[in-house]
Parts: sequence; structure tokens; C-alpha cells
Amino acid sequence: MASIPQRAGSVTQRERREWLLFALLLAPNLLLFGVFTYWPLLYNAYLSVVRWDFLRPTKPFVGLANYASVFTDRQFWAIVLNTATFTVCSVGLTLLLGLALALLINQPLRYRNAARAVLFSPVVMSGAVVAVVWSYIFDPRYGLLDQLLGFVGLNSPDWLNDPRWAMLAVIIVYVWKNLGYAVVIYLAGLQGIPRELYDAARVDGAGPWARLRHVTLPGLSPVAFFLSVTSLLATFQSFDIIKVLTDGGPAGATTTLIFHLYELGFVAYNAGEAGVVAVVLFGIMLVLTLIQLRYLERRVSYG
Amino acid sequence: MTLSDDILLSRPVESAELRRATPRWRLAGYAAMILAVLVVGLPVYWTLIAAFKESREIYSIPPSWLPLRPTFANFAAAWEAAPFGRYYLNSFITTFFGVAAEVTLAVLSAYALAFLRFPRKDLVFLLLLAALMVPVEITIVPNYLTIARLGWINSYAGIIVPGAAIAYGTFLLRQAFLVLPYEVIEAARVDGAGHMRTLLSVVIPIAQPALVTMGLLSLVAKWNDFLWPLIVTNTSDMRTLPIGIYWLRNSEGVINWGVVMAGSLFLIIPVMIVFLWVQRYIVDGIAAGAVKG
Repeated sequence: MASIPQRAGSVTQRERREWLLFALLLAPNLLLFGVFTYWPLLYNAYLSVVRWDFLRPTKPFVGLANYASVFTDRQFWAIVLNTATFTVCSVGLTLLLGLALALLINQPLRYRNAARAVLFSPVVMSGAVVAVVWSYIFDPRYGLLDQLLGFVGLNSPDWLNDPRWAMLAVIIVYVWKNLGYAVVIYLAGLQGIPRELYDAARVDGAGPWARLRHVTLPGLSPVAFFLSVTSLLATFQSFDIIKVLTDGGPAGATTTLIFHLYELGFVAYNAGEAGVVAVVLFGIMLVLTLIQLRYLERRVSYG
Repeated sequence: MTLSDDILLSRPVESAELRRATPRWRLAGYAAMILAVLVVGLPVYWTLIAAFKESREIYSIPPSWLPLRPTFANFAAAWEAAPFGRYYLNSFITTFFGVAAEVTLAVLSAYALAFLRFPRKDLVFLLLLAALMVPVEITIVPNYLTIARLGWINSYAGIIVPGAAIAYGTFLLRQAFLVLPYEVIEAARVDGAGHMRTLLSVVIPIAQPALVTMGLLSLVAKWNDFLWPLIVTNTSDMRTLPIGIYWLRNSEGVINWGVVMAGSLFLIIPVMIVFLWVQRYIVDGIAAGAVKG
């Protein structure tokens, strides 16, 4: 590679060698993605139209029968509702509480960076251990929450065994674990809003609330968007919290689509219906991604 | 100096808006900060004291806020109740090789994407990025079947390999490589350095902060991974720590919270030590990534 090319032909040769090296360097990554990310998408689609229990040597084609049985199952629609409730509440609460906290903390306070680190620490803890710790906190007789509620004269509900409270318990744990992430991102966003905008607003006679509404919040919209996307993905990954805290129960009250997929596949051994749920989930991701791209396009053209 | 530089250097940059904050606003700020720290800290404190309490004390009403007679018995019992030594070993092995694979693949891919010519390079990049859109959770059934066909169920390879490819890290590193001063790279090449030497002695040292952040994010993700190791392991001696603590809770549970909380601390304490040591890289790296991306 050291020689300086002198003829057009040798330039091409040098370029060819670069192509080869490029392909070699990317091959392992692309190969793994092919086998473990893209192939499963196709295979899920295939599984969704066959009947299979992971054991039988044949997988008879059943057309859309799996789709019919999943979509006519009343429990499935309860699960869709659970997923929507969990996603909207946990993402919404994380984003709103995180915003309020970030706005309040975003001033020259002593120990602010230490507080930020403490707030962030649950983000790096394993969801499984967080859920184990919280299953003790939710203990209706000996748990921390019962103790705290006792101070104000209330009795603790049986959080994890009462279908009316279990979803709230899962949401609380999710928000507890992810709030620090939102705060850190918001703080970074706040520091990126140019000072001149505030000065200009002040000159125009805008009070604190007007400045919040017309400068701070619009300035934060890109990071808020980023947060909503990443938090949405994080709700997918909160399988560990649900599995450990409630195991999808009681009576399916905390079963989300991801959890349902796991149960169909690895508890009920129904590969076909698991395939259907995987296809549905992929469809949801696709729609969300398209919305995201639309938004980014708009930001580019008006930004 | 750009915004991200400020964040990476982590000087407390005050928002222009609040530099002239009123005392009342500042008081509200302190109140919010203290409340938030309490909300995060209390559950951890509750875990800590339970781990040092005698069983009798845990099940007394009202519970105490400080262990009356602190004991290490729960830690010994937890270590006995489950093969934690083995869990640590499994977690170390799968995390180490998982992170090594991700970092290596990300560096190689990012170098090629940033500095090498290839026809329709943008399409290759898109193919990598599109993988971000596929949550691993929806690939579990086909991947289980693939790993079974390879004979890797209940093995380290089975835990590590499906998660070894990396899109986000490649993306982060490519961004970091692209802003490197082109003259420096060119100078190295003119001096006769091959691609390997350019990568090792020029690119990596300059892009080190991004590399550290990426490696740490990968470390946290691998160490905490739950769903995949749960599916792909089926004997106690192959479980990682998160799966282990889940089984310990299931077997001890309501019967003995002290032991379960002591076991939880086996997981929480190492992570907290590492986190407090490197939190600046993680927190600031994440913040910078969000603002830039």
C-alpha cells in the first residue's frame, strides 16, 4: 500500500483491494445480523402459517389459522390493552416526571452532579435484581411501601397478587428504573438551548412561564422525541421486570405482547401462534419507525 | 467549543435561563433533588438493612429502620442457597467475550464505513442500521431453533454469539471516526502505515472516549441480559447472575427476604462500584449521543 500509484490501472487495483478489505471487515457483523436478526424475521413469518410444537418432524401448513385463533382469543385483546396501558403510562410518566425534575435541577445547585449520578444508577442495574428488590418492597405485610403508607394511615394493597394493582406496580418499577435516564437526556438538551433565545425573549417582555412555553419546551422537542423512541424500546426490554415481579399475572393482568410471545413459545410450545405475535410486534415496530422517519424529515426541512 | 465537547468534558454548564434564578426557585430545585435521591435511595437502603437483619427482625411489625443486631448470616446463607460463585464465573465469561466481540466488530465495521471506499456504501450502512429496528425480543423463537441446530443450547457460545453483532455501537463509532481530522489519517497513510497500523496507532487513540462509552454501554447490557440467557440455559451451572437471583427469589421468596436481599447485593454492589468509578463516561456519553443524534 506504500507505493504511490502511477498508472490508472494500478489505481483501480488499489481500489479493488480496498473493496475487498471493506467486505472482509464488515462480513462478521453482517453475517451475524443476517443469521440472528434478519433470518428470524422471515422465519417468524413462516412459523406463523404452520402448526408446530417444537418436536414433531413435520410442520403442516395451516394458512391463516394461527392468525384466526390468536385474533379471536379474547385474552389476546386484553393483552394488547395491557401493552398499551403499560407503554403509554410508563413512557408518559417517565417523560413528564423526568422533564419536571430536569427543569428544577437545571440550576447551579451544590451536589447536582452527584444527585444526577444517584438518579442514574438504577438504569445500570439489572432489571431482574431491581424486580427482586421491589417484590420485597411491595410485600403487603413487611415491605417498605406498607411501612410508608402506614405513616399516613393507609394500608398497603396486595400489589402483586391483586389484578387491580399489579399493573401499577410494574409501571412504578419501570419508572423508578428509567427516570434517571430521562433526566440526564433532558439536562443535556436544556444545556443546548442557546442563551440568545432567552435574552431575546426577555427583551420582548416574556415572563418565566412564557419563556418556558415558547423557548424551553420547543427547544427540548428533539430530545423529547429521542427519549420517546428510546423509552418505547426500553418498554420492550422490560420483560425482565415483568417476568420476575409478577410473571405476567395475576390472572394475566400484567401480560404484555412480548411476555405473551415468550409464553406461547417457551411455555405453551406453540411455535405457530408465537410466530403470529412476533409478526404483529414487528409490524408495530415498522409503523413506529416510519413515523419516526417522517418526523425526522420534517425536522430537517423546517429546522 | 461545541456543545458535545462541553458535555464530554463535563464542566457543569449552567443553562442561560436559570443563571439568574430566584432563591425560591433554587429552594424548589434542592427540594426536588432531595426527594428524587430519597426515592432512588430508599429502596436500596431497605435492601441493604434487610440483608443485615436477622430473620426474626424482618418479620416483626413494625419493621426496624436499622438492623438491631447486624449479622452476616444472610450472605453466607445466600452463597449456600445458590451457586453464586458459578453464576459470577458465567456472568464474567459471557460478559467479557460478549463485550470483546461487540467492540471488535464495531471498530472494524466503523473503520471500514468511515475510511474505505466501496460501491454503494450507504446501502451497506443502511443494512446495519435497519437492525436497530428489530428488537431482539421478537427473534427469540427462531434464534432458539438456530442455536439448537448448532448444538449450542446451554453453552457459553449459545449465550454469547446471537448478541455479538452490533449496530448502535458501529453507528456511534463511525460518527466518532468521521470527525477525526482527515489530515492526521492521511499523514499516517502517506508515512506508509497500513490500515491495521492506522487503526491501532492513530484512529483508536484519538477516538478513545467514544470507544470507552460504547464499551461500557455494551458491558452494562451484557451483564444485565435476562431474556436470552433464561431461554438458552437449562441447568443451574450455566445460569448467569440475573437468572440466578430470579431462581433464588423463587426458591426463598416470602420465606426469607433477608437471604434474597443479601443475594441481590451480590449483584448490585459490583455494578455500583464500577458505575461510580466510570459514571462520567456512561452518563455524559449517553447525554452527548442523544444531543448529537
